[in-house]
Amino acid sequence: MDFNNKKNYLFNLGAVIIFFVILKLLMNGNVINRYYQGIIVFICINIIVAGSLNLTLGFLGQLALGHAGFMAVGAYSSALLSIYLRSLELPVIMHLGTALLFGGLISGIIGYLIGLPALRLRGDYLAIITLGFGEIIRVVINNLKFTGGAQGLSGIPKIANFTNAYWIAVVVLAFLYALIRSRHGRAIISIREDEIAAEAVGIDTVKYKALGFTISAFFAGIGGGLFAHYMAYLDPSIFNFMKSVEIVVIVVLGGMGSLTGTILASAVLTSLPELLRNFSEYRLLIYSFVLVVMMIFRPQGIFGTAEFSLKNLMSSPKGFMKKMKRDASGDDLNGGGK
Amino acid sequence: MALLEVNGLTIKFGGLTAVDGFNINIEQNELVGLIGPNGAGKTTVFNMLTGVYLPTEGTINLDGKSVVGKKPYDIVEMGAARTFQNIRLFKELTVEDNVKIAYHNQMNYNLMQGLFRLPAFWKEESVAKENAMDLLDIFDMKMYANTLAKNLPYGKQRKLEIARALATKPKILMLDEPAAGMNPYETKELMETIHFIRDKFGIAILLIEHDMSLVMGICEKITVIDYGKIIARGVPEEIKSDPNVIKAYLGE
Ligand SMILES: Nc1ncnc2c1ncn2[C@@H]1O[C@H](COP(=O)(O)OP(=O)(O)OP(=O)(O)O)[C@@H](O)[C@H]1O
Ligand SMILES: [Mg+2]
Repeated sequence: MDFNNKKNYLFNLGAVIIFFVILKLLMNGNVINRYYQGIIVFICINIIVAGSLNLTLGFLGQLALGHAGFMAVGAYSSALLSIYLRSLELPVIMHLGTALLFGGLISGIIGYLIGLPALRLRGDYLAIITLGFGEIIRVVINNLKFTGGAQGLSGIPKIANFTNAYWIAVVVLAFLYALIRSRHGRAIISIREDEIAAEAVGIDTVKYKALGFTISAFFAGIGGGLFAHYMAYLDPSIFNFMKSVEIVVIVVLGGMGSLTGTILASAVLTSLPELLRNFSEYRLLIYSFVLVVMMIFRPQGIFGTAEFSLKNLMSSPKGFMKKMKRDASGDDLNGGGK
Repeated sequence: MALLEVNGLTIKFGGLTAVDGFNINIEQNELVGLIGPNGAGKTTVFNMLTGVYLPTEGTINLDGKSVVGKKPYDIVEMGAARTFQNIRLFKELTVEDNVKIAYHNQMNYNLMQGLFRLPAFWKEESVAKENAMDLLDIFDMKMYANTLAKNLPYGKQRKLEIARALATKPKILMLDEPAAGMNPYETKELMETIHFIRDKFGIAILLIEHDMSLVMGICEKITVIDYGKIIARGVPEEIKSDPNVIKAYLGE
């Protein structure tokens, strides 16, 4: 089983490389032009941010409404460090890597500090605190000098591109998958399932709520940092409440507790508004409509808690479809095991 | 020194004294019953023993250490595991994962070792998987390993909850009306399982039951409470003929 799993990892890595090469070839052949390339970068960023929110929303089972706030923290702190690093003339990988890690770290620390008091209590306090945090952070950035205030922050090295955005998204997803399939991830999921039962089998629920939320904020910060280095310009109004809602919608649409769903929903919900630019005024309307329709017809999201697995698909397409259907609908078609 | 020593345990909810001066001693490997009519305070006793409620007064010592004021997860580590009257499983997870979660504290790999899939991760995960499968096998549930907990038949859900509690390696297992909602056949089977667990794992068991006749068959000692107070204690024969118990169960 051990060996099988490692083989599985290589298999997935192969698929991810092949997909990358295909995209790259299409870009070189200009089938995917610069404009579409930009959309793909935004999809990668949204996968990172929405994936991180899914950890809180889908796996930990806590509502958080200020994820744009953590993006903002990551974006500004990594951008500020990056501007400072510029004079060192580091290789791009090191420069971007250091800046993003710094952004993630600051975001994670702030996530821990604001999350802990809310997570000590049972109930939806996190939703309220994060909602407030998202607004406050924007006002703070607006009024500080070194963040550029309302005029925005420019001069950020534009060193993010399709290639590094793609691979950073892959790495973040790999970590999220690795997390949820470890003892720490299971502890986090057990809290979503039943907090009292989790404590009754020895899980320190406050600790694991804090851990889950901190990691969630960390990756949101990385996503924000990537955004900053792609845009090369930041202004606080980008990270408004609507942005937080957008991220929540991606997670809900894809399926709370399914990273595969998050990837798909990020792709759809990022490209649709871009492709339908003419309807941009109706964006809010469309989001609300999508959410309402989802809640009525498919409250568990497109994927439910199902995950796509290449290896299972290849080795047994029928069994794979059965399992996907089961997890997506939340029913158990197997009934009594295999 | 008994494994579990409880003295003067009392809890008040506002004006209501739900449990009043409860005491009990349980030795290693003993199977003890706690019975009483509806609302007598049985579950409340469990909730105090497992750290869900903080007693207003009284002492609880497990293996010589006080558990009063400790968190439920600390008490689990000290060696007391429980099940719930209204089953609390991790419903959307598989049977295997339900058990594996309970192994959490017996694994040691840290977050980084897990995220980077270092050898410690692989080693401990495969041990946990083996242990989980062995445990499920004991309960004849190995074939359900990949079934979602919520899709198990009712009787199996009860069994899974017991298996999950056992996975924490307790010294004492507390079962809150494990036979509730079962048919007579399932009940009989369950009582045999409980007896078997006690012998196989060599642990003490404290069993809450509502229905007197059930516990009579398997418990060595029985404590009866009514309105939060102990009204009788003894071996099954004594309890059966105790006038206070008969009065409590049949009314005046
Ligand atoms: N959190 C609480 N707040 C207020 N009253 C409570 C609380 N928990 C229990 N009680 C009361 O304590 C009394 C004992 O309840 P408990 O659930 O322990 O009874 P029980 O013996 O388990 O009954 P049953 O056989 O119905 O399960 C009841 O009167 C109940 O209403
Ligand atoms: Mg009860």
